[in-house]
Amino acid sequence: MVEQTILLSELPLNQKGYIKKLNCSGNIRRRLLDLGFVEGAQIMPVLTSALNDPRAFFIRGTLIAIRSEDASLILITSKM
Amino acid sequence: MGLSKSSTGSSLLTSDLELLDNNCNYVIALAGNPNVGKSTIFNNLTGMHQHTGNWPGKTVGNSTGHCFYQNADFLFVDIPGTYSIMSNSEEEEIARDYICFGHPDCTVIVVDATCLERNLNFVFQTMEITSNIVICVNLLDEAKKKKIHIDLDKLSIELGVPVVGVIARKKKTLSKLMDVIKNVCSSTNIINPKKVYYSTVIENCLSELENVLNSQFELSSNLSRWIALKLIDGDKTILNSIEKNLNIELLQNPTIQACVNSIWDTLNSNNIHKNDFRDMIVSSIMYQAEIICKKVCTYEDENYSKRDRKIDKILTSKKFGIPIMILFLAGIFWLTIVGSNYPSEILFSMFGWFQNKLLLFADFIHLPAWLSSMLISGVYQTLTWIVSVMLPPMAIFFPLFTILEDLGYLPRIAFNMDGFFKKCCCTR
Repeated sequence: MVEQTILLSELPLNQKGYIKKLNCSGNIRRRLLDLGFVEGAQIMPVLTSALNDPRAFFIRGTLIAIRSEDASLILITSKM
Repeated sequence: MGLSKSSTGSSLLTSDLELLDNNCNYVIALAGNPNVGKSTIFNNLTGMHQHTGNWPGKTVGNSTGHCFYQNADFLFVDIPGTYSIMSNSEEEEIARDYICFGHPDCTVIVVDATCLERNLNFVFQTMEITSNIVICVNLLDEAKKKKIHIDLDKLSIELGVPVVGVIARKKKTLSKLMDVIKNVCSSTNIINPKKVYYSTVIENCLSELENVLNSQFELSSNLSRWIALKLIDGDKTILNSIEKNLNIELLQNPTIQACVNSIWDTLNSNNIHKNDFRDMIVSSIMYQAEIICKKVCTYEDENYSKRDRKIDKILTSKKFGIPIMILFLAGIFWLTIVGSNYPSEILFSMFGWFQNKLLLFADFIHLPAWLSSMLISGVYQTLTWIVSVMLPPMAIFFPLFTILEDLGYLPRIAFNMDGFFKKCCCTR
C-alpha cells in the first residue's frame, strides 16, 4: 500500500490516521503540541458539528474539537 | 465576579507572593489541567466559596485560602488550570511563575482520572521544575462509571512521587490527601521525580549546559536542568522571568551564551533545528506519558465511551443538533416565564396583604398622610413589586441553567454554534 499524505481536514469520519507534520509555527503550533498533536500520534475524527465546521477528533483518550482551518495545518498519513 | 485587568493579570502574582508571608505553616499550590476540579478541592479544603464551573478556564487568577489540619495551618493557592507551562498565555505564565518562584512547600497536581494520559503532560513539565509534588487523581467516581481502572501505587512508582486518589465532591476522601501533603511538607525525605529522557544528543547538550550553570550559580539540580532546557529553547519570556525572579543574569552572560551557541552548532549538525527541538521535547514527554498510561490504566468496558459518543452524535447531528438546542432553550424559557407566574402571584398577594396591614398601622400611629404614602405606596410597593416580578424567574432560570451546565451540554452548544460565533468575530 502506498503511504498517502493528506490534511487532517480531509480525513473522513471514523478513519484512523497518524500525525505526520504540523504545518504551522508560533502560538498555534505550541497549542497543538500541548494538546497532544505530536508526530506519530493516532487521531480519528469522530464527530461533525451541526454546521459542519468544527470537527471533534479522538486523540490520546480525549475528544478535541478543531476548526477545519486549523485542521488543514496538520498533515496525516494513513500508516505509521 | 467580573474580570478586569487587575484581577487576572500578572500583577496578581506579585501581590500573592507577598501575601504568603509567615502567618501559616505551609504553602500548598494546587495546579493541573483545566476543568479537573482544582477549585472544588480548594473549596472543600478551605471552606471557601470560590466559584466553580464545568468548563475549562473558570479560574483565572490565583486565589488563596487556609486549611487547618492536625494543628497545622496550610495556605492553599488555587492556580489557574493550563494544559502546559511551556506556552505563554497569561494563565500559563501565572501558573508557571507561581510553581517556579512562589516556593510553595508542596505542589499538588490535580489530574483527571478519565483522561490521565493528557494530564501527564502537565505533570512531567511540572516535575522538571520542582520535586515537592503530590499527584492527586480526581474524578475517580467518573472513571469508575466509565470502567477505567487506574493502579495508583504503580503510578506512584512510575512517576517517583506520591499519588493520592480522591473524589473531590466527597470531603471524606480529601483527608487522605491532607495526610500525604502534611507528610511531604514536614518530612525531610526528598522526593525524586522521574525525569523525562530526551534523545542522547539533547541529554549530552543539557548536561554540558548544566555544568556551566552550576559553576556560575547555586541552583538545585532540578532547576538547573530546567533552566538549561529553556536556554536551549531560547524562549525569551520565560528566560526574562527566570532572570527577574532568581536574580541571575542569563541572556547577557557571555559564558552561558557561548555555551548555548556551541550547543546549537552541535544540534544543527545533528539536523535538529529550532522548531524540531521543541517538537522533540514535547513528543518525548507525550511518549513517556503514553507508556506510563499503558502500564497503569485498564479499560474494562471499551463500549462506554461509545455510548457517550452516540448521545453526542445526536446532539451535534445536522438534522437534530440545532432543533434540539432550540427545543432545550425554548423549554427553559417557557418554564421560566410560565412557571414563574404562580410564585409571582403568591408573592404579590402576600406583599399586598402586608401592605394593607402596614397602612392600618400607619393610621393607628397617626402618621402624616404624605409620609405614609411615600413610604408605603412608594418605597414599599415598588420594592415588593420588583421582588415579586424578578425573583421567581431568576430562581427558576438559574438552577435550570446550572443543570444544563453540569450535564455538559454547553460545550456541545458551543461546538454546534462555532460557525456563528466565528462570523461574529469571536476568534477563539
